[in-house]
Amino acid sequence: MAVDKKTLKELFSRTLKIRLFEEKVWDLFGENIVPGTLHLYLGQEAVAAGVTTALKKSDWIQSSHRGHGHVVAKGADMNAALAELLGKKTGSCKGKGGSMHITQLDVGVLGATGVVASGLPIAVGAALSCQMRKTDEVVACFFGDGASNNGTFGESLNMSAIWKLPLVWIVENNFYAMGTPIKMTCPSSTVAQRAEAYCIPSKVVDGNNALEVYEATIEAVKRAREGGGPTLIECQTYRMKGHSRFDPAKYRPKEEADYWLSEEKDAVNVIQKIAIEQGAITEKDADKIRAKLQKDVDKAGEFAKKSEFPEPAEALDDVFAEAI
Amino acid sequence: MAEITYREALKQGLREEMLRDERVFLLGEDIGLNWGGAFKVSKGLAEEFGEDRVRDTPISENTIAGAAVGAAITGMVPVAEIMFGDLITLAMDQICNQAAKMRYMFGGQTSVPLVIRTVFGGGKNLASHHSQSLESWFMHTPGLKVAVPAFASDVKGLIKTAIRDPDPVLFAEHKLVYDKTEEVPDDEDYLIPFGQAKVRREGADVTLWGTFLMLHKALEVAEELQKEGISVEVIDPRTLVPLDTKTLIESVKKTGRLVLVTEETKTGATTAEVAAIVQEEAFDWLDAPIKRVNAPDTPVPFSPPLENFFIPDNKRIAQAVRDIV
Repeated sequence: MAVDKKTLKELFSRTLKIRLFEEKVWDLFGENIVPGTLHLYLGQEAVAAGVTTALKKSDWIQSSHRGHGHVVAKGADMNAALAELLGKKTGSCKGKGGSMHITQLDVGVLGATGVVASGLPIAVGAALSCQMRKTDEVVACFFGDGASNNGTFGESLNMSAIWKLPLVWIVENNFYAMGTPIKMTCPSSTVAQRAEAYCIPSKVVDGNNALEVYEATIEAVKRAREGGGPTLIECQTYRMKGHSRFDPAKYRPKEEADYWLSEEKDAVNVIQKIAIEQGAITEKDADKIRAKLQKDVDKAGEFAKKSEFPEPAEALDDVFAEAI
Repeated sequence: MAEITYREALKQGLREEMLRDERVFLLGEDIGLNWGGAFKVSKGLAEEFGEDRVRDTPISENTIAGAAVGAAITGMVPVAEIMFGDLITLAMDQICNQAAKMRYMFGGQTSVPLVIRTVFGGGKNLASHHSQSLESWFMHTPGLKVAVPAFASDVKGLIKTAIRDPDPVLFAEHKLVYDKTEEVPDDEDYLIPFGQAKVRREGADVTLWGTFLMLHKALEVAEELQKEGISVEVIDPRTLVPLDTKTLIESVKKTGRLVLVTEETKTGATTAEVAAIVQEEAFDWLDAPIKRVNAPDTPVPFSPPLENFFIPDNKRIAQAVRDIV
């Protein structure tokens, strides 16, 4: 598939944007101003960048337990996203959600979740709604290899298949559910194999290569929009950090980590190399894009830090549409 | 006005809302063409509205509820049916962690306008997995509204309000009231606001508050006790969230005595919460301890004599009233 230069540039830029955003989060965490825990997207940027670049603005994504990258990739306001992670009043969830519930519905993010695998049924409903409202919208649902062992995986894949829903299932297989390696929890060598039981076409791609992810998603989205039903794409990738805030991920074998965390395998390097080789950008363009994005992220960081915390009694707001 | 069953009144409400708003659709197990719902509430609706809008699902309770959540936040108004209240345990994540909390944890970015219909209660010898009364769990989950209609005239107005409400509603029914009849208004805008109790019988000596089948029993008991010269006021909350405490407190201030009766197992039941509220707000008006009549803290048994022992009967309710008069 020939991918135009504009798209290649966008894939590079979106991958890098998520990287810089998450590095900023990591820095703020270092300053000890991020309350609670964090599930960083560092390392997996190419998945969200590739998938969302293949979607329209009016399409939806369902995020997972590791959601920052999805939200940024779908076009969220970075000020509101960072402010949310710091628990500020100006956060997209007014400081009620944080890392595990980071979301911005106005750009089509249906929500991130604290309950692994709980997003899949919600994606089924959103896709059903797209179909019943007779729109051409599609839903892409992100979830991890860990979520594929939950009951909702089977229920939701099945329902999406029988109703031919406009849905793309995106498995981000980073090979670990917290600290448990996938080979301890999954008998097959890929998660994608499981889709066959539900008559869902599937594909395994290099999740550190935004172009590969994009190409697979474009095909799946086309099928979904044309009424052909769901597709499952397994994106094999790797966390740069541990599962959460204080996890040094020492349980991962050195050889494996060295391979995935090498310069050649790095998601930003991979797409930068492709974009340059295919003439979409020059080294100089890459530097310019980086400088611009860094500036945006820094500004967002300043905005988040300067923002006020909510008033304590705001804890009582937004339980119901109207207070009862 | 026509005298119809609770089942028929509920179906009328669903049908009218589906005619009024094309975003409204039903989903659940065996609710469509072949069965019409395990309790026949949706019988005929698939024929009228099509299998898209009266949608049979696989046996996947958590995904039924989750699909309702996803549809609700993207522009539809789903009414999901969980065939038996006991099976709602399988859908607790989507109902209590997602539907109930979404508006809050997303800082008010979205409403979740869905209804989860289910049915509680024993009395049909269906044993421990088809007979429980679990409404207090949902009353204990901030973000959910909880409707508990016990009468035909209420179920129609309440289901219509539930469907038009922007928040998620757990709409609980009871197996043994589907066949009870009452005069029900034909008006298509017959709505019953949430949070308004109904005084089903006025009385002066004791207030009897309860839900579902126990209210029907309470009314019979009140009739009996009248012959003994005890005047009983019977109150139906109609919704547990929001809860109309005003009507109850006013009644307690008048009678000075309160008996709470539900079919739930006793510990942590809705009756415990209501008792706590009344002692906080009307302690000085109470002339006797608040009495609770509930099922014992056991699973629901199967065999008729065991189940009959488990479910509070008229005798126990009457005795509780006599005990404090």
